[in-house]
Order: sequence, then structure tokens, then C-alpha cells
Amino acid sequence: MANLDALYQEVILEHNRRPRNYGAMEGADRVVESHNPLCGDALTLWVKLDEDRVVSATFQGSGCAISRASASLMTEAVKGKTRSEAEELFTTFHDLVTGKLNVDGDASAKQRLGSLRALGGVSRFPIRVKCASMAWHALRSALRGEGSSPNAVAVAE
Amino acid sequence: MTYTEERARKGGPNTERHQSLAPRSDFPLLAANPALHYLDSAATAQKPSVVLDAMREFYERDYANPHRGAYALSVRATDRYHDSREQVARFLGVADSTRLIFTRGTTESLNLVATAWGMEHVGHGDEIVVTALEHHANFVPWQQLARQRGATLRICSLTSDGRLDLDSLASLVGQRTRVVAFNHVSNALGTINPVAEITALVRRRAARNAIVVIDGAQAAPHLRLRLDGDDLGDVDFYAFSGHKMLGPMGSGGLVGRRSLLETMRPYQMGGDMIEIVGDEETTWNVLPHKFEAGTPNVADAVGLAAACGYLESLGMDAVRAHELALLELAVDRLGAIEGVHLFGPSDLALRSGVVSFTLDGVHPHDIATILDGEGVCVRAGHHCAQPLMRRLEVPATARASFYVYSDSKDVEALVEGLQKTRALFAAD
Repeated sequence: MANLDALYQEVILEHNRRPRNYGAMEGADRVVESHNPLCGDALTLWVKLDEDRVVSATFQGSGCAISRASASLMTEAVKGKTRSEAEELFTTFHDLVTGKLNVDGDASAKQRLGSLRALGGVSRFPIRVKCASMAWHALRSALRGEGSSPNAVAVAE
Repeated sequence: MTYTEERARKGGPNTERHQSLAPRSDFPLLAANPALHYLDSAATAQKPSVVLDAMREFYERDYANPHRGAYALSVRATDRYHDSREQVARFLGVADSTRLIFTRGTTESLNLVATAWGMEHVGHGDEIVVTALEHHANFVPWQQLARQRGATLRICSLTSDGRLDLDSLASLVGQRTRVVAFNHVSNALGTINPVAEITALVRRRAARNAIVVIDGAQAAPHLRLRLDGDDLGDVDFYAFSGHKMLGPMGSGGLVGRRSLLETMRPYQMGGDMIEIVGDEETTWNVLPHKFEAGTPNVADAVGLAAACGYLESLGMDAVRAHELALLELAVDRLGAIEGVHLFGPSDLALRSGVVSFTLDGVHPHDIATILDGEGVCVRAGHHCAQPLMRRLEVPATARASFYVYSDSKDVEALVEGLQKTRALFAAD
């Protein structure tokens, strides 16, 4: 159960129960639809931009606790970030969930990730990496201008 | 009265104990993992030693390329392949083993029919009938054939408890129907479909040259089949997979009507399937070789035959009775857990050993991950049946499925795991 406790931390269970920034956004600059063909999970992400900066992001969809909590935490984490800051955060986050990053030995990464660290347990469940990164892939598509109108993006991992 | 109603009348929890039908010690993987509760046999079955031993013995004693060598070893390999086909055909209740084509499994068998028969006989304005209960393997080949040939795909709808709606089917089948394709047993819900009744309906309503194609992937491992008899009526093609019936992965077959197989063009071209190759033209080998291009997969055929022998020694009626007992127990116990929703026919006589369910507030993938932590293997997802999931209005379900090595302790472990899942996800 030790690994499971690491995966389903209270932060994750709580964000799964009460996801933040959940629902469609009026006047979004970007809308991206993402899906995981392996499990049928689907997510729509709305992003409002002020030039280079993420003003806010919201999401909606059906998915497991990991994908839902990850999307919820992401919408909080990227608020106010520039495109390059958000992309950089995704890289750090991806290193975390794929086990390439040991946060305890990297104070700067630990600080950058903040509450996203709750998803660190995913690294012991390689099959769930897609769940944790689905919202982030959608965000990256949105920031790269790939989804000004609803645009399906298959998750590649 | 359905089983559930009968149980409700009797009252009291179901506390029955059931040993496995086949000893776990026959299955090396299960013997090596005594704490493992493998409840994903609808995806693939564990392998008994007799299957693994038969394949090893073939490689060690009789291995050569069949149908080619003029030497005794090659003749032995040819004999092993031939004998395997005879045994598998016997298991399926087919006397003429030359109408059993070995394939890589159900998917290849169905693609063979959709391509080799479909591309020749389905044309513009024709109709192909499938059902909302199909695995993608018996849906996508027909959908794509219809698109390629300008035909129309018609989809039979379901009753609320996951059975085929025969009124819907009757309204879809007519003089333009060229193909009616459906599964014998649903992989996602376990529904056992009334094949004979449906086949009779098709024969009454469709033109004489319409074909009935059955996906038997979830039936051959669990039900006694007599394909030559009247049990299933007058079906044209029956596809099955070896790996779900204790045989090796990548084995399986297609039983076809001889008159159709003889007039169909080959599916793949190459060695073994030819008679005479001229510069301009080629004539085809006899059945079944016409549909088995290239060096055949003899070792897997030997393994599949051994699996059939093993199942025969258990007795397919005993297999069915065992799975039904576990299904009754599981439906009772899971149905008593708050927040659990069960899918599929409430009359368990119409169900194979499959329990598809959801748990309020917990996504099936999370259920599967937490159960895995308890040593319980279940499938979570759309079960390669997205058209069905859309109609059930769920993105996914969790699925537990039983086989000859399953026992009531597996069901207990599933129930305990689900209680833990509920506790973990309970709102504070």
C-alpha cells in the first residue's frame, strides 16, 4: 500500500473531489480538446492569454483522479506564468512524474513545482504518466497556438 | 424468475465457497504467485503447464518446416500441425477440419472475412448490420468495408440491461443486407446472445446470399460449442482466439462454410497457399491452406490443441457451471456494496463469467490501480467497445472476469479491494 498512498495523496483526492477552475470559460483565447485513446479519457482546456501571459485556465472532462487532480493543480500553477515559464514548468513536472527528478535533492525544482509535487507518486506507476500529463499536453498545444478553435490533440507519451 | 429475483426472495447474503475448477498448481504463473487474484481472463487466460509443455516438446522433438521437407522430421512437423487442427476442430464440434483456418486470432479472422468475402460481395447500396455490443474487432472492419464499398452500416441497438434488441435487429435486416456480424458473447458485459434465433431471423428476412458472421472470442473459452449442430443455427463464419481459451497468444482461427471458403479469394498470398504459380497466373491450394500463406505457426497450433484437450478433460459443461456459480456470488456481493452499479443482463443465465461495474465517485482506472495494490487484476476502460460505452453513457467501466482457475477467494479479494477503494475516496 505504500506506493498507493504515495499515488493517492490527500491533495490529489481533494482536488479530484473539488477540482479548481472547473468548467467552460467565456471569452477564452484558446480551446483545446485532448483525449487518451487508450482509456477514453477526455479533457477540454480553456486558456485566456494577455499577450505572452496566461491570465487563467479552466478545464472540463471525464477522467481518473490522477488526470482530474493534475488538471486542477495545473490550472492553478500556470496562472500568471509566461508561455516560456509554463513550458519550463511542464518540463520539470514531466521529469517529476517520469521519475527523472528527485525533488528532495533539487531545492529549486521543489520550489518551482510547489503543490504539483503531490503528483510525484505517479513515477512509480508508469502507466499513469499519461493521466498526469494529459492536461499539460493540452496546455502546451494551446500555448503554441495549435487550438484556437476546438482541436483534437492525441496524447503522445 | 431471474437469479437475482430468486436470491432476493431467499434473502440473506451469499456466502457460498467455490474451489477453482482447475487446480491453480496446473498454472505456473498462478502457482508462483499465490496471492495473485487474476480476474482478467476475458482479456487473456493464464496458461496451464500442459500447453507450455506441448509447445516445448514440439520444438525439442518434432521441429521443422511443415509441408516442405521430404525428410521424416518435416513429416512429423506436418503431422503435428494436422493433428492439432483435427483436435481443435473436434473441440468446436466441427467434423470437417479443412474448414478450420488457423489465424492469429479473432481479429485476423474477422478481417479475413471482411476483406476476402466483403470486398468481392459487398457493393454500393448494400447494407451491413452490426450491433452496439461489438468489440472494435467486429465493428471497425465492417465500418471501413462499408465506407470503401459505398455500403451502409446499420447498428442494432440494445435493451437497457445490455442485450441485443431483436426488434431493432429485425427492422434493420432486409433484402439489401449482405452481412450480419455480431458476437456470441459480449466481452464488455458478458451477454450471451441468442445466435440461433438471430441467424433464423436473418435467414427469414435477408436475401439468400447474406452471410452471418460470429465473433466467438468470448464464447469458445467458456461454452460447449457444436458448430456442426443446430445449437447456433446456420452461421457462415465463426471466429475465435486461442489465447483466451488457455492457448498461446497469436493463435486462433476461423471456421467457415465450405462453399464460401472455396469461392473466396485468398486473403494473403505467398508460400503454402498456392498450387501452381505461372508467370501470369496462379492457382490456389486446397482448403485450409489457401488461407494460410507462409510458414504456419505450428507450435501455437500444438499449444492450442493441448488447451482444447485440457478444457475437454475439465468438461465444458463443468466450466460453464463453475463460472456461473462465481458470477452469481460476485453479482450478489458487489451488488451489496453501496455505490456499485452493475451492467449487463440481470438474468445471469444470459451472462458469461463477466462482471462490468462502476463505483460512484471513483473512476474505473483508479479502481483498477487500487485493486492492483491488493493483488487483484481487473480491466478498466472502454474494453475496445466505445460504441457500447457511449450508449451506456459511461466513459469506462471496471470489469472482473472468471475462468477455470478462479475461486470464491478471488471474489472475496475483489470485494475487500472495493471496500478499501470506497474508504480511500470517501468524501470527508
